[in-house]
Amino acid sequence: MSLDNLISNWSKLRVRRPQVDQYKDSPYKWAMVIDLDSCTGCNACTTACYAENNLPVVGKKRFLEGQAMHWLRIERYWGEGEESTQEFPEQGAAFLPMMCQQCESAPCEIVCPVGATHHTPDGLNSQVYNRCIGSRYCSANCPYKVRYFNWYNYPESAWPSPLELQLSPDVTVRSKGVMEKCTFCVQRLTEAKSKARTEKRNVQDGEVVTACAQACPTSAIHFGNIADSSSTVAKMWKAQQVELSADKQKKDMKHEKMPAASEVASGVGASVEAEKLRGYRVFEELRTYPSVVYLERIRSGEV
Amino acid sequence: MSTVVEELDSIGERRFEPKAKDINEDIAWAKINTDVLRSLERPRPIFWVIFLSAVALFGVGVACEIYQYKTGLGVAELRNPHVWGLYISTFIFWIGMSHSGTLLSAILHIMHADWRKPIYRFAEAMTTFSLMTAGLFVLVHLGRVWQFYYVVAYPNERWTWPNFSSPLVWDATAIGSYLTTSVIFLYFGMIPDLAICRDSATGFRRTFYRLLSVGWQGTDRQWSNFRITYLTIACLLIPLAVSVHSIVATDFAVSQQPGWHTTSFPPYFVAGALYSGCAAIITLFIILRHTFRFEEYMTIPILEKLCKLTFAISMVWTYLNLIEYASTWYGTDVYAKQALIYRATGIYRYWWWAMNFLGSVVPFALAFKALRTHVPTMMVVSLLLNLGMWIERFMIVTPTFAHGYYPWTWSDVWWPNWIQIGIVAGSFGWFTLLFMLFCKIFPSVSMYEVKEMVYHRIRARK
Repeated sequence: MSLDNLISNWSKLRVRRPQVDQYKDSPYKWAMVIDLDSCTGCNACTTACYAENNLPVVGKKRFLEGQAMHWLRIERYWGEGEESTQEFPEQGAAFLPMMCQQCESAPCEIVCPVGATHHTPDGLNSQVYNRCIGSRYCSANCPYKVRYFNWYNYPESAWPSPLELQLSPDVTVRSKGVMEKCTFCVQRLTEAKSKARTEKRNVQDGEVVTACAQACPTSAIHFGNIADSSSTVAKMWKAQQVELSADKQKKDMKHEKMPAASEVASGVGASVEAEKLRGYRVFEELRTYPSVVYLERIRSGEV
Repeated sequence: MSTVVEELDSIGERRFEPKAKDINEDIAWAKINTDVLRSLERPRPIFWVIFLSAVALFGVGVACEIYQYKTGLGVAELRNPHVWGLYISTFIFWIGMSHSGTLLSAILHIMHADWRKPIYRFAEAMTTFSLMTAGLFVLVHLGRVWQFYYVVAYPNERWTWPNFSSPLVWDATAIGSYLTTSVIFLYFGMIPDLAICRDSATGFRRTFYRLLSVGWQGTDRQWSNFRITYLTIACLLIPLAVSVHSIVATDFAVSQQPGWHTTSFPPYFVAGALYSGCAAIITLFIILRHTFRFEEYMTIPILEKLCKLTFAISMVWTYLNLIEYASTWYGTDVYAKQALIYRATGIYRYWWWAMNFLGSVVPFALAFKALRTHVPTMMVVSLLLNLGMWIERFMIVTPTFAHGYYPWTWSDVWWPNWIQIGIVAGSFGWFTLLFMLFCKIFPSVSMYEVKEMVYHRIRARK
């Protein structure tokens, strides 16, 4: 039986991703846009994520050991020598919310020995806790290091009674020895899709958002369906000229290509246009084809 | 004209001047039996010292593993970028060590290098036991070890299969086949010797050896079948040995991380495997020679040949290592170049330079005859070489975690903690325990092959 299953589905085992117009006929492809210029580094998104996805709070000691389980983390970066010159180090820091990028061609997917992480038809990089054996190869191969492993049996200690009552019933409480990561709040997506299916329609734009997008006070995080070209996120991707299936975006070309002489002469050089673009994806050159677009921060010097 | 002829003659004479013999060919067959069978009974007291220290080390490892199993892998202070720690480094080390047994027992068998005959049996045992130790590390490092069988491709009622594009699945398959074949090869090559043990044993030991020797009588028909089968398994084992370490190398080469994503990894890993394996054979050679009084069989000329082989392999390894550095240095992959610079100048720099020194400079000791034939020196050198090769594996795995693509993880300083060190030490105990038990229960020098060697040499003399 399982052998029949293997042979008849062999072609589905290795699907080339991404393809141009891959999601043309599919109703959903979930994606994000994060505007770094709006991000104030307030950590509301991280807190919302903890509450929504039953993330265990590991405590100070384990946090310092690097065993925190924050699916969404706010990273702080300073320019050369900036940190030491500030009275408060946070002042002038650049913030970057980093979560699973839901890569179209995900490095974690091909290396998982048991297929516990795989691609869903709506473009998510899913994690099957029941199947995970905890080899951690996915995390080793993740360029973004956004996969978190259950180093301890957290349900034992993270929610002492009566705190277990705060757990979301829609989300699995993960046990010791499995890998987990940002799911784009898949429980919300599933609920919205199922509701839309009973009403015989597709999920509308804005009908469902992730917990982080919902909590963000400055609306820096935009979530939506880019298979639907009328959605906000699809429009933002288009405005920034970011292609899902391209490994180099228009914005990056300005650093490489000097405008051709004819273009300069006519004044419509691609570089001129590219100057205005802010959208980029992290590690585009690794050809992971992430689903999250970041909008570059506008620095005070540039204004 | 005549002077040229004379000179040529003298060169010829020099070439055929009697060398130190691999083995004294006048040794009587009965004496071979007695000497080897004696090793099953009364070893030197040092045997028990080694055995008991191995048991103690193994105990430490088991205690650490039980604690880790109960509490979770967090107690080993593994954390986000450093998800593998010492476990995978040591796994590669043990897999690598298993290769030289096959080199001695199968490759040199096919090439008719008869000096291997007194020493291949323990080398083959080393292969089997180091593979078993490596297998333990796979289990130790898994988060949910009780579900390790998900990796194995077997038809099941869930209709699920492992992910065939993952190198870990190739690993499980390759190591499984290699271990099975090695065990069969080790056992099969031992049958004539087990029959000798049976004939001289009494009581329950006689029953034990009788069952294991499966009715071996030493008839012509049995011998001819034995030869053919032995050769067949040897031929099967060689591609398996090469494939196993190439596949372990693909665990890294297939991944995308800087410092791992290197095309030259498979041959580099195989060379490193043969290298550490040969060094381990020298160590065990010296230990066995002393413990079981095998001075007449494990002779200095054989040790010398082993050292020359190790030296040649160490130079191959050095070459491949330098190629890797050069291709990274002159290549266009900036991340890989940064990872290389980090290895040489980051927090792991002492280890990295130690690895290069121990792996590429220390083996030059093997090039000098005076050092090669000095047993205590060789013991130290072989241990140093193996230390170097262990550090090599540590240097492959850890710096890439510490300095991967993502800058957010860069400031991380990570050193293995005592749980990991305890489990690694326990693995050495487990290996030594198995190996010493093997040498005590089974003839660790192949009696029938030594007789064959002696016989052929006497015939050649006539």
